[in-house]
Amino acid sequence: MAFTFAAFCYMLALLLTAALIFFAIWHIIAFDELKTDYKNPIDQCNTLNPTVEKVKKIKRVKIALKLVLPEYLIHFFFCVMFFCAAEWLTLCLNLPLLAYHVWRYMSRPVMSCPGLYDPTTIMNADILAFCQKEGWCKLAFYLLSFFYYLYG
Amino acid sequence: MAVQHSSPTNGATHFHEHTSSRPPSKPCEPCCKLNSILQLGATSLLVPQCYPAPWPTDAPTSLHGYIQPGAAPQPMNPMVPNTYQPNRAPYGPPPTGPPPTMKPTSPPTGPPMANATPPPPKADEPVAGNGPQAPNSYNHVDNKMAGPPQPGPPGRHLGHYPSLPPGYQNTSAPHNATPPMHPAMQAATQPYTQAPQPYQQPPVGPGPAQLSPSLAAMSLQSSTPEALRVVNLLQERNLLPPSPIPAPTPCLPQDLQKINCNPEVFRSTLTSIPQTQSLLNKAKLPLGLLLHPFKDLSQLPVVTSSTIVRCRSCRTYINPFVSFLDQRRWKCNLCYRVNDVPEEFMYNPVSRSYGEPHKRPEVQNATIEFIAPSEYMLRPPQPAVYLFILDVSHNAVETGYLNVFCQSLLDNINALPGDSRTKVGFITFDSTIHFYNLQEGLSQPQMLIVSDIEDIFLPTPDSLLVNLNECKELVQDLLKSLPTLFEKTMETQSALGSALQAAFKLLSPTGGRMSVFQTQLPNLGVGALQSREDPNQRASAKDIQYLSPATDFYKKLALDCSGQQVAVDLFLLSSQYCDLASLGCISRYSAGSVYYYPSYHHQHNPAQVECFQKDLKRYLTRKIGFEAVMRIRCTKGLSIHTFHGNFFVRSTDLLSLPNVNPDAGFAVQMSIEENLDDMQTVSFQAALLYTSSKGERRIRVHTLCLPVVNSLSDIFAGADVQAITGLLACMAVDRSVTASLSDARDAMTNASIDSLSSYRQSVLTIQQPGLLAPACLRLFPLFILALLKQKAFRTGTSTRLDDRVFAMCQLKYQPLAYSLLMIHPALYRIDDLTDEGALNINERTIPQPRLLQLTVEKLSREAAFLMDAGTVIYLWIGRNCNPTFLSQVLGVPSYAAVPDNLYLLPELDTAESQRTRAFIGWLRDQRPFFPSLHIIRDESQQKASFLQNMIEDRTESALSYYEFLLHVQQQISK
Repeated sequence: MAFTFAAFCYMLALLLTAALIFFAIWHIIAFDELKTDYKNPIDQCNTLNPTVEKVKKIKRVKIALKLVLPEYLIHFFFCVMFFCAAEWLTLCLNLPLLAYHVWRYMSRPVMSCPGLYDPTTIMNADILAFCQKEGWCKLAFYLLSFFYYLYG
Repeated sequence: MAVQHSSPTNGATHFHEHTSSRPPSKPCEPCCKLNSILQLGATSLLVPQCYPAPWPTDAPTSLHGYIQPGAAPQPMNPMVPNTYQPNRAPYGPPPTGPPPTMKPTSPPTGPPMANATPPPPKADEPVAGNGPQAPNSYNHVDNKMAGPPQPGPPGRHLGHYPSLPPGYQNTSAPHNATPPMHPAMQAATQPYTQAPQPYQQPPVGPGPAQLSPSLAAMSLQSSTPEALRVVNLLQERNLLPPSPIPAPTPCLPQDLQKINCNPEVFRSTLTSIPQTQSLLNKAKLPLGLLLHPFKDLSQLPVVTSSTIVRCRSCRTYINPFVSFLDQRRWKCNLCYRVNDVPEEFMYNPVSRSYGEPHKRPEVQNATIEFIAPSEYMLRPPQPAVYLFILDVSHNAVETGYLNVFCQSLLDNINALPGDSRTKVGFITFDSTIHFYNLQEGLSQPQMLIVSDIEDIFLPTPDSLLVNLNECKELVQDLLKSLPTLFEKTMETQSALGSALQAAFKLLSPTGGRMSVFQTQLPNLGVGALQSREDPNQRASAKDIQYLSPATDFYKKLALDCSGQQVAVDLFLLSSQYCDLASLGCISRYSAGSVYYYPSYHHQHNPAQVECFQKDLKRYLTRKIGFEAVMRIRCTKGLSIHTFHGNFFVRSTDLLSLPNVNPDAGFAVQMSIEENLDDMQTVSFQAALLYTSSKGERRIRVHTLCLPVVNSLSDIFAGADVQAITGLLACMAVDRSVTASLSDARDAMTNASIDSLSSYRQSVLTIQQPGLLAPACLRLFPLFILALLKQKAFRTGTSTRLDDRVFAMCQLKYQPLAYSLLMIHPALYRIDDLTDEGALNINERTIPQPRLLQLTVEKLSREAAFLMDAGTVIYLWIGRNCNPTFLSQVLGVPSYAAVPDNLYLLPELDTAESQRTRAFIGWLRDQRPFFPSLHIIRDESQQKASFLQNMIEDRTESALSYYEFLLHVQQQISK
């Protein structure tokens, strides 16, 4: 029987990774929007007036930033699946990212609600650049693992 | 002869060192401590400095060997001997050998010459029109500068060193030695700037023709001899100028500089902006701006016009540094877009003439205020709303602050900024929240108590905030009865969090200002805090913990407040730990201010009471702007890296300030994203949009213009040591919160080490022994040491956590002028004040004593000294103090009769007393807060805090100034 639990895991991981890629793209876009905010012509015209456009955008950014936790959970979920299926190689490939996620969540700023990003520090050029870089790296990782699962 | 022998190889290696050390900056990268350390991580004082090709490996005799190659590419070597000799005189006359050997050595160094031949005209470019004449022009400058009667900068600086030992005075005008040195430096640095950026050549080559004559003349002075004069810090002791240091002037053409922004309002750490980020990294100095945008100004042009002229693409306000292409078009100085001049702008209301757009006030003033039309309003201007939230728990009543507060408010109730719509409200709290219904028509104020602090609600939302004019009597009644109302309270708990939530609900429709008076750790309901301080750890040299907030409740609330245009000002009057690190967030992110009165008590601490009274008066009556935003724009290529101060950053260049007050300062770190090639100047514009207390929407615009330079020596020449210190302090505060205090301390030390070693390696062509610094940075190590010994960053000395955190807050949001005094206090001898050189302000004569170095050595038992440490002034009286001073100023017969706790100078009718009081009064008038005066004797308890400010002296846990210099030198020569 070709359709083992491991195969099922791979299929599931494939689908979930597709979702993660989507998240990563959203993440990148969100930070890019934050960074280039001042280049938005609507914003330039009225420094204060929040137009409908802008409110929508702010919401989008907020949603994107909230997707971090689901992303971590999904990744954790299929790591557990691979563990159950005894796919050690695949698990090893994913472990560094898992460890990174754990570390990232542990070192988050003091907060009473789940979340990673502190609105008061996010505008710091270093943090913004770091988050953007993080987004790109993750996108690359998910893309590679997508193809790995596809052919694995 | 020996020198000549060695020269080919020596020259070659030398050349190598230069070309390979400069552009690569790779080997240097790990030690870019300023940039890497303050921003990234991993610090150690002992990080090995990997400078390429260690110079010291050469035999010590080859000192001259270095000189030659450095000078070799430089065609004007006849000048060179003149250059060095006077300068080196104090270190022993140079062997007669080197100068003659200079010329012979230059030909053998083939490669450098080949490379160096193009630069000379370039090197001359900023200095004079063409190469061959250059020496003459230097001579000319020399003569001009050397003339002692010449007024202006050189003369002024001469006056700064009157107490130099004779050895130094021999060098009489050091600056007349240095100007010729400048080309040498330029030539030496040329290969580098040239190698990585060959494309610079075209714009620079024909340069002289392009430069306006005035700019050329200015940049001639840009090699300001004085700023770059080499100072050996280990040998020259009296570096502190006798009077406060003025801000350095950017090297701009005179007509631009004349209208440039006041340095008190807008100041840059580097008055010459480096052309590229890599050049900035090489200089290892931080680039940033320090702003005091809402400063009370005596003269401020205000413009009312229906259209405010702004750049169409980047929205920059028109300013003095734009260029008019013709009558009808102007070119933005930030994004270089060409814009049309609107019809209205052609008419000049001041001169009532038409067709002179460049004469308009907008184009004549770097600081200007516009009255904004309705496009700049989010909603109709709201009334000024003031809400006072008062702690009335047992602890609060015990301190007795309520009396002072109510009395101050009663006294100043008519001086509150506002118009006929101004509203006020009061909330008091202990374990419950008390609201006061002040609705018109009531016979007396009505107190409403809400005890459900978990789910707070407003009992009568409409009548809690009332119009001040209509209900003034009720408000006054309330203020008179408040202190007695809670006299007998036994409630010890404090539900600050709920009170803040209630206040937020009350203010959110209109926005406004909350003033919170808190005397203890909030311990009930939301936002309750636990004591985190361990008193035994106060003096520990280990890392200080708990500098970051314990909960994000206050931060989140502050962000909500910021969104609703509410600012929260915190007055903390307490004797115990209050966790300012957590509580302070409420003001920090809502653009409020924090006042802290440790050990406040109405009887035991009269100095604090006076301080509180005066601060409160200023606080209640000072100007205020509501619903403000501040945007900082800069020329394309520059970008903002980090902001420092109290605000919420809404966008990369936009600060949200629910309230703005005239005592708030801001700092901005900048980075250079794109090269600033072929730009001669860059501009920065800070635009503050706010609603005045009269309900007018206004925009205050400050524009600063700075020159761009491409050589390291010019960058160093333009360094503003005070601004650099201020910015470093802000960066270090951030560092100690995100990383650790010791990390921040290391980073500060490294900042001084790095910049001085970079100066030594890249700018200095002669290598002398000692710790060398350019004259403009001569105080840098001193200021860094002062920072290390400042309350915020010191270790080893017992410091209460709240005191430390408060000092950090102050460093972050105080304008530079005030924070500098906190860092490096001013010491004066005041028992022999004379009217010589006194200022005359409003018919009062204010004596100007000399600034003294902060060392016990300067104190003497026969005298009295005044130390101005920003928030506090100490008057120290020596044991054998001049009896005239005691009797004429203090009004006591003898030293023994000086009372222990004296906070006031008696108003005696003697010349000495008047002079002293005039001087202290003048010091106090210069700042918005009220420094309390402590008169201390040799055996007073306060003596320790006085002596702690003796920065140059050694303490148990900290280095003396000289030891620190040795440490720096050791690190540099590593």
